[in-house]
Amino acid sequence: MRNPFVNESGNYKTSYAKDMKLFGSKSAALRMFALIALALLVPLFTSNYVIGLLTLCTIASIGAIGLNILTGFTGQISIGTGAFLGVGGYTSAILTSTYGLSFWIALPLAGLVTAVVGGLFGIPSLRLKGLYLAIATLAAQFIIIFIISRWTSVTGGTGGMSLSRPTAGLFSLSSNTSYYYLCIVILMLTALYATNLVRTRTGRAFLAVRDRDVAAQIMGINLFKYKVMGFAISSFFVGIAGSLLAHYTMIVSPEFYGISVSIEYLAMILIGGLGSVMGSILGAVFITLLPVGLTMIIDFMVLYLPSLGQILSSFREFVFGIVIILFLIFEPGGLASMWTNLKNYFKLWPFSH
Amino acid sequence: MTFFIQMLITGIVVGSIYGLVALGFVLIYRASDALNLANGEFVIIGAYICLTLMTAYQVPFIIALAITLVFSMLLGLLVERLVIRPLQNAPVISVIMATIGLSSLLAGLVHMIWGHQTKKFPLIFPATPLEVGGVIITPVYLWSFIIVIILLILFSVFFKFSKMGIAMRAVADDKQAASSMGISVKKVYAITWAIAAVVAAVGGVLLGNINGVSPTMATIGLTVLPVVILGGLDSILGAIVGGFIIGILQSMAGGYLDPLIGGGLKEVAPFIVVLLILMIKPYGLFGRGGTERV
Repeated sequence: MRNPFVNESGNYKTSYAKDMKLFGSKSAALRMFALIALALLVPLFTSNYVIGLLTLCTIASIGAIGLNILTGFTGQISIGTGAFLGVGGYTSAILTSTYGLSFWIALPLAGLVTAVVGGLFGIPSLRLKGLYLAIATLAAQFIIIFIISRWTSVTGGTGGMSLSRPTAGLFSLSSNTSYYYLCIVILMLTALYATNLVRTRTGRAFLAVRDRDVAAQIMGINLFKYKVMGFAISSFFVGIAGSLLAHYTMIVSPEFYGISVSIEYLAMILIGGLGSVMGSILGAVFITLLPVGLTMIIDFMVLYLPSLGQILSSFREFVFGIVIILFLIFEPGGLASMWTNLKNYFKLWPFSH
Repeated sequence: MTFFIQMLITGIVVGSIYGLVALGFVLIYRASDALNLANGEFVIIGAYICLTLMTAYQVPFIIALAITLVFSMLLGLLVERLVIRPLQNAPVISVIMATIGLSSLLAGLVHMIWGHQTKKFPLIFPATPLEVGGVIITPVYLWSFIIVIILLILFSVFFKFSKMGIAMRAVADDKQAASSMGISVKKVYAITWAIAAVVAAVGGVLLGNINGVSPTMATIGLTVLPVVILGGLDSILGAIVGGFIIGILQSMAGGYLDPLIGGGLKEVAPFIVVLLILMIKPYGLFGRGGTERV
């Protein structure tokens, strides 16, 4: 039987314009629209709790796409995503709570401020490479969180600040469902931007910098410009995610933005697939839902083995580590390549050789 | 002045332990071009094993230490075999992420086995503090310092003169050339990881004697990163010098500046300094940049 969900055996492209089309074939476009429709219709038949989880997944996806622009496209490792999320969240909190600005102005401003901060910490990237740069971003992580928790007059120090959910005219986005819609629309815009970014001059420069920066420089690519730009664009989306997250949880506090958050985001893009927009989303969903799933399993096990409760609470950390290692060893391309493999399997089925 | 000297001594002692732990980082970087972000967990696992042997099984310190070192060596070999070797041809970020995963895995294990509370080490070194001209030196500090210095000298001699040490330096310099000269790169990798784990465990036991053992001690893995970067990722001398600089700096920041701003600077100061240093010397004080061919 011909599988309706996959492409035909190949695409015959006769012009450059056809090659540059966003969707390679009709069925690919159909699949994407089906996916979008599913994402939009999900709130109609799920509980409030599930919608909350989905919102978190969506916000994480925006941040993960942001990080993937830096790490997957430009090839620069960042261990500071947590702090950049914090910059976004705090900018939004300060602008809306202290200065009473509207959320709709605060959200892009949060992105811009984070982009500026990210760009600043990206400046050393011209001279630093690889691990040295990774540590510079780790330093950014610690320094930013230190400033946030010490600058009490502005940020409220370790106590944090509280925010409110946004409104749109007379319409309030305080319910989980309406907030989910807001996030999913922003995610779609982000994904569209990131997908198109690779197809532009800037995006191709990013890829060249990633693959071999010295070679890229020889070809006339301004390394400094594109490296800092990679940091700024990436941080912009991380800042947007931070702002959305802050308005969702309605509280910001330095402890939400620690190094473990940075590591989770790195795990998202590695498990999802470096340099893949779809992978970023898959990875973000996977890492966000992993602790939820594990908690369910643990709760179930504790019913039968109550004495294990104490030990099992550390079980999450343990499994998180194992999952990362197994993915890296057995599926280095991440979930995105698993998805491609699955598609190829059906494409060739039943003649797999 | 007394306060200054006191802070200086604390800094030197803590710095020497930093140098020891940083040595583990440098070794692994030179062998496999990767940071081992699970080094902090290697440190606490060593400390916990030694502690458990001494408290639960009443093993004398020296024997407990010996068993700890053997166990750490096995841990290092196991990690190299199961996690690092399969990733030998993977990009750097994969190896870093694998060690992050490893650190999460080991941290989970440590919590499951030993819980979250801080545990006191039984007294090994005499408790009565020495007083020299108003400056108080606890014997733990003195002994830790002496042990670290002896170890660092031993390692330097080992790298300089022993056959294995020379092989390790050869592999660090050029893997392909080394393997064509008949050096088993695999064996060198395995031994490097074993040594790094052993060094971390010694650091753990000493730190445990100073501060007690708790899972939060694993953050030393991150604290030591500025040390390694400051000295240069590929320089053993750099690790030692960097250790002293960061140790003294932290101690001074903690002693003089923290009371003024309400604490926390002690942990951040090394990172600020490292960021500034990297702007001037991108490969640390003693690191080599190397040339790149396209």
